[in-house]
Amino acid sequence: MFSRAYRAAITIPPLLWVALFLLLPYALLFCYSFWSVSPAQAIVHSWTLNNYRELFRVNVYLQTLFRSMWIAARVTIFSLLLGYPLAYYLSFGAGARKDFLYQLVIIPLWVSYLVRAYAWKTILGSGGVLNTLLQYVHLTNHPLNFLLYSPFAVVLTLTHIYTPFTFLPIFASLEHIPRNLIEASHDLGASPLQTFWRVVLPLSIPGVLAGATFAFVLSLGDFLAPLLLGGPSGIMISNIVVSLFGAAYNWPLGAAISFGMLVLVIGLLFLSERLEKKWSFR
Amino acid sequence: MASVTQPEIAPGTVRTVPSLLSIHEVAKSFGPTPVLRNISLDIAEGEFLTVLGESGSGKTTLLRIIGGFESADSGQILMGGERLDPLPPYRRRVNTVFQHYALFPHLTVEENVGYGLRVAKLPKEEIIARVQQALAMVKMTAYAGSKPSKISGGQQQRVALARALVNRPRLLLLDEPLSALDANLRRQMQVELKSLQREVGISFVFVTHDQDEAMVMSDRIALLRMGELEQVASPREIYSRPATAYTAQFIGHTNLLRGEVKGGIVRCHSLSWPVDLPDGPVLFSLRPENIRFAAGASGSNAVHFRARLRTRIFHGATELLQAECADGLVLSLRTASYDNRHGDLDLEFAPADAIPVRDSDDLKKRN
Repeated sequence: MFSRAYRAAITIPPLLWVALFLLLPYALLFCYSFWSVSPAQAIVHSWTLNNYRELFRVNVYLQTLFRSMWIAARVTIFSLLLGYPLAYYLSFGAGARKDFLYQLVIIPLWVSYLVRAYAWKTILGSGGVLNTLLQYVHLTNHPLNFLLYSPFAVVLTLTHIYTPFTFLPIFASLEHIPRNLIEASHDLGASPLQTFWRVVLPLSIPGVLAGATFAFVLSLGDFLAPLLLGGPSGIMISNIVVSLFGAAYNWPLGAAISFGMLVLVIGLLFLSERLEKKWSFR
Repeated sequence: MASVTQPEIAPGTVRTVPSLLSIHEVAKSFGPTPVLRNISLDIAEGEFLTVLGESGSGKTTLLRIIGGFESADSGQILMGGERLDPLPPYRRRVNTVFQHYALFPHLTVEENVGYGLRVAKLPKEEIIARVQQALAMVKMTAYAGSKPSKISGGQQQRVALARALVNRPRLLLLDEPLSALDANLRRQMQVELKSLQREVGISFVFVTHDQDEAMVMSDRIALLRMGELEQVASPREIYSRPATAYTAQFIGHTNLLRGEVKGGIVRCHSLSWPVDLPDGPVLFSLRPENIRFAAGASGSNAVHFRARLRTRIFHGATELLQAECADGLVLSLRTASYDNRHGDLDLEFAPADAIPVRDSDDLKKRN
């Protein structure tokens, strides 16, 4: 086996890394969330729960949080609706084209997030590709404004960006289903549709849960898409955190919101893991 | 004079032979490789038929074609006189016990067994009653609520069997269902499976590469070799009257003797005996147990010869000896283990035990 020194040599650097760049900032943030800002814009290092009270007292924070959750929920649903059939087709129907199509799904992940978000801007803008096309075919005679700078644009962009993240775990779980189970189901008289409902779907639930968790958690905390495409009505909770740490200069409140989010996300991850365990049978 | 014309049997018409399943000139290739060539085979109602063959002989493909998981390139399959081959697997009254059981991991034993009845939307009470009965039949009632991952391989095998039989198929296909079990359990399951088959009276098509298993269980054995049927016969018949050298060697041990017939006498090395065969080259299969120590008094029509004992392989109740004649011919013979003769042996066999077989080498050359 490994010697003590060797084990220390390979485990201590990553532990230090995590402690220094993750745990320490979190600890600092946690402290900040109990401090306050003086009228002269100085941090007051005395402990208070006021930031957390503020979070529940001022409507805009909770409203934005709920809007963010609603956007994340829609992104999750649309990503599943797109990702599941795609994964199903690739796993069961694509045959020899499987590897090629898989690469096609993965390639967008190599393209910068910013580029993809900007791409939607050029598509959805009032002089953008979509509006020009709609006017050209006379479906409308003036540019549609709800397309850009709206929750719609945010949901669309986030769905586009996070669908591969939903696709991947679903695809993996479908690939893990032994094919003789499908044959056994047909053998026992189940039609392809019955087989899907009774065998394929239940066995792919862990992948669906993992994919849904990815899409929900990643889009809940997203701030670039709402910043670039959301407009005033598409603001999400991260935009508020960013402004509290920036222009508004209220780090303590920003830290309190961040911690609230962190607890929410950890709770979700925990729940999703429990559910995934419950639905895995090997 | 009125001529009596034999009506041609058209596809889809009821055949006069009361066979349950009729495989008609089925052929299948995977790409350029032929896997099955012109297989024709009838399976009778209530019959236990074993498709025996080495790996790569096409036996699993044949089973998958009957089950509907592969389609044949040509030929047809009739069940009770009706075309089976155009139907998808879920419309065939055929059930399969898969090689690795293929139990649904997310369902309990009970739910696995009831699966076919539930998708057929049978009334709840009937499902419960039939599942109970099927579980009792394979002695798995105590495990009704267990998940497949919590029971042993032998138990999973029983559940797979119950899950198939509960649907009362007309034909049960079994794809090497015992190959994953250890030797003792395997022997026990062979006997159980055979008696279960007699009990339910359903036709079984059982695929295996194990010739002992085939001998123990089958009413008939269909020996498949490189995609062609080598011989189809009862275990007794296929053992005692092998049609080809391949059959003789694949099923049990044998000695192959190459000889030449001239005027009703065959000469094979220094041995010769009278035969009722046309002149020309001939190949005989002579089972080791049919060679015995010469009884001393000659005069019978047995073929006598002397050979020197070379090796002796102990098999428990019997021993397999290898003896070499003066002309270099080496023969295997099976004797009772208590015999410990050595040196030169006086041996004999009855000419009737030397079975003329077709040479199988032509097949090998073709590939």
